[in-house]
Amino acid sequence: MLNYVVRRLLQMIPLLIGISIINFTIMHLAPGDPVLLLSERNATPEELARIRALYGLDEPIHVQYVKWLGHVLKGDFGRSFVDGRPVMDHILERLPYTLYLNFIVMIIIYLVAIPVGVISALRQYSKFDHAVTFFTFLGQALPSFWFALLLIYAVGIKSNWLPIAGVATIGVNVKTSGLWATILDRAKYLILPVTVVSLGSMAGIARYMRSSMLEVIRQDYVRTARAKGLPEKAVIIKHALRNALLPIVTLLGFELPALFSGTAIIETIFSWPGLGLLSMRAIFQRDYQIVMAMNMIGATLMVLGNFLADILYVIVDPRIKYS
Amino acid sequence: MQQKALKDFSYLLEVKDLKTTFYTSDGRIPAVDGVSLTVKPGETLGVVGESGCGKSVTALSIMGLISYPPGRIEGGQILFEGEDLLKKSPEEMRAIRGNRIAMIFQEPMTSLNPVYTVGDQIGEVLQFHKGYTKVQAQEKAVELLRSVGIPEAEKRVKQYPHEMSGGMRQRVMIAMALACDPKLLIADEPTTALDVTIQAQILELMKDIKERFGTAIMLITHDLGVVAEMADRVSVMYLGRVVEEGTASDIFHHPRHPYTHGLLRSTPRLGQVVARLHVIPGVVPNPMFMPTGCKFNNRCEYATEKCRQEEPQLATVDGIHSVRCFHPLDGEGQVI
Repeated sequence: MLNYVVRRLLQMIPLLIGISIINFTIMHLAPGDPVLLLSERNATPEELARIRALYGLDEPIHVQYVKWLGHVLKGDFGRSFVDGRPVMDHILERLPYTLYLNFIVMIIIYLVAIPVGVISALRQYSKFDHAVTFFTFLGQALPSFWFALLLIYAVGIKSNWLPIAGVATIGVNVKTSGLWATILDRAKYLILPVTVVSLGSMAGIARYMRSSMLEVIRQDYVRTARAKGLPEKAVIIKHALRNALLPIVTLLGFELPALFSGTAIIETIFSWPGLGLLSMRAIFQRDYQIVMAMNMIGATLMVLGNFLADILYVIVDPRIKYS
Repeated sequence: MQQKALKDFSYLLEVKDLKTTFYTSDGRIPAVDGVSLTVKPGETLGVVGESGCGKSVTALSIMGLISYPPGRIEGGQILFEGEDLLKKSPEEMRAIRGNRIAMIFQEPMTSLNPVYTVGDQIGEVLQFHKGYTKVQAQEKAVELLRSVGIPEAEKRVKQYPHEMSGGMRQRVMIAMALACDPKLLIADEPTTALDVTIQAQILELMKDIKERFGTAIMLITHDLGVVAEMADRVSVMYLGRVVEEGTASDIFHHPRHPYTHGLLRSTPRLGQVVARLHVIPGVVPNPMFMPTGCKFNNRCEYATEKCRQEEPQLATVDGIHSVRCFHPLDGEGQVI
């Protein structure tokens, strides 16, 4: 097992190097010259050349790449072309907001989707099951940006029940308004983005859970559990659910990149100051350093998430062994 | 008459006129349609018949494991130690299942839960029915594994089902069934999925259990060889009914029902060379379109007009040997 872990970790190195080369190359092939962005509108060619040299952009691409990689390995993603601040500062500033939103989303997704899927399977073809099937299809079919706009229009503009942008009301904090008022205020800002972000995945996981449970309750070992005279609760929870959860638990590994990356479109729509919004702005402003940093972090987390999923398989399913 | 007198108190299990029906989207399927059978304490009853004749449904009905929908027990009685199981509440049935009546299944490969150790799965029965602690249950599980002939039981008890062979897993299933020392063990095709050599070992184990613990066994199988080896008495089923019953010797040496006779003739025998095995003509009819009269009339070479009109009743022919036929054979292969 330890052998396997070490081997997998070592295998990540060439993979990540490959990703970094592609990432770097694509960003340099993309149209738009950051030097134009950094200079005055009517800068002379000499001035442009000087700026190019200053940022090392006149060197051959492979030299630039090696230098960039060297910095990245030390945790330095360079500076933003737009405001000159270190990319890492930008990311660390935005990260808490994305984690905050996505963590709540993730908890809600699993807390709702798993019981819904299980009950739906246990009462197959009941009214509840039909309703779940309908809403899960709807949840998967609705484009999230459209649903977000619909919600903003309905509960934010028409009826003005909920704030439609941002994370908090200015001036409302624990010191001035007390703990509960602050929690209530933050919750209000969360409702719309959480609803939109969680809907699609919730529908997917509920459907997945339902079919997994349906498959498991027909298994011979569930009949064996009943034949042993176990109470129905033990049959369902201990014998059926434990098995039905196996494929779901491993999905948790893939949540790792999702947790950090943020949802660019939704964060933009709700002006949520997270990493998604940062990426969107960086792309529009040709702020290559930030875009490359986000790509690199996203790719690394994806690779780690896959690894985590494989490890979770071994932990939850005794049949799987790596050697 | 002598038999009649014994009847009232000597049966461990007495199934009377059991009717279990399934309601599917295609229609109503009377899977078990008036089955009566009896098991005495400590004896082995063989229940034989083709696939779909209602053997397994009878067993699951006794266990109270018919789920509604689609299945429903619509009539009859299942008397176990004199109490009607069909009148029990779900809680009362739960206390009986796995405790006083235990069951083992056809597929040892899939009948054990893959994510728990065999020790956990055996121990669970004891924790639930006998109130054992986890530690006591594990100790008893080791003992049980040993008693079903599993070597290195201390090591095996901590293993998962996938670490064991099919025969080994069936032994585990048997150990699990025996945990609470049941009065009746229902074995539904326990050896069908196993290799021939393993089959023989498992049958030997079941015989041994019957002798050591005095457990009565209801052995369901389509394999006449297995029945001949194991059973004291035999009930032959066809399309949800018992068509013939008697001692193993009655059934094998003097079959009275044309169906039983056909089954025996279609079984190959060691040391006997035949050009072609006997085949019962036709196929088992779809239970939704059952023939009127005797259910076997469309496949029976002796069927008459009466057989197509009227259904015969199970009638005693000799001692405890009874048959459901208007034109039973004489026991030597000739129609009377």
